[in-house]
Amino acid sequence: MSEKKEWPLWEVFIRGQHGMSHRHVGSLHASDNEMAMKNARDVYTRRNEGVSIWVVEAKHITASSPSEKGPMFDPAKDKVYRHPTFYDLPDEAGNM
Amino acid sequence: MNALFEFLLRQGDNVLVLGHRTSEWCGTAPALEEDIALANTALDLIGQTKLWLEYAAEVEGEGRSANDLAFLRDAYDFRNVLMLETPNEDYGRTLMRQFLFDAFQVHWLTALTDSKDSRISEIAMKSVKEAQYHLERSRDTIIALGDGTELSNKKMQAALDYLWPYAREIMLVDDVDEAMHKDGIAPLPSEILAPWDALVKSTMRDAYLTIPDSNFVHKGGRTGQRHTEHLGHMLATMQVLQRSYPGATW
Repeated sequence: MSEKKEWPLWEVFIRGQHGMSHRHVGSLHASDNEMAMKNARDVYTRRNEGVSIWVVEAKHITASSPSEKGPMFDPAKDKVYRHPTFYDLPDEAGNM
Repeated sequence: MNALFEFLLRQGDNVLVLGHRTSEWCGTAPALEEDIALANTALDLIGQTKLWLEYAAEVEGEGRSANDLAFLRDAYDFRNVLMLETPNEDYGRTLMRQFLFDAFQVHWLTALTDSKDSRISEIAMKSVKEAQYHLERSRDTIIALGDGTELSNKKMQAALDYLWPYAREIMLVDDVDEAMHKDGIAPLPSEILAPWDALVKSTMRDAYLTIPDSNFVHKGGRTGQRHTEHLGHMLATMQVLQRSYPGATW
């Protein structure tokens, strides 16, 4: 082989036993989506961590830019009234 | 000769020897992800070994434990098929060996879930889920590498050529198998040949690999008559701790 190509990077999301949503748990390398799924199973669920796996090739993720952190997130800092902490939730409402 | 004991040793020794061989990759596999996957496979196989050899030790009734059977028997007392003791050589041969075994094991364990011996059907039920995943993984890898680059195809073909004469020992029938069949404990291994053959053929076709045109089968492993020279070396490593410090525990 004249050149050694690295497998592309994939991001892995797992939904835990009682988890409501998939959470990012890490990344891995794989040549295609099926191999990424199997590798995710072997690398990230071997201690019974999950009941569902999502894998997505890292290049397909659009990320916010660290340099725009100020305009992106600072304006939300002083809007305390946006937190629903002023309401009493009835038990029947369940998880919000 | 206790036929059930022999039968259980064959089941246990197959997964013990392949499990140890597979564990030899730990820390040296070609990619981190593959390293962990192989370690998982090895651990599955060693876990299955424990179930088979614990039952074998009970059936024997001589006061030996599963550990005694695994670590204190010599090569001529092992009953694994020869293919599983062959050295890893390279990643391609390791995965080809795994596939040829998995393709048998999934059908075999599925059949054993109907065993009249409830202990055997329970072991089969637990093991077959692991075997199904191993098969999915080994089959996909065979196809990916066979249908990969010119070099990877060449290596996979070399692996198939090397292992082919060993592959079907596991489906030969002798007195032990006849006895198990008569008692409703297990089907004849030869009954697996047709589904195994179909799966191997379709996989090799998808992997652009050519099955050697030969019916020769190396035998002697599952009867214990004759092992390859490789098993003794493997056991020397695998058993050194119990041989040096008899009875050592965690």
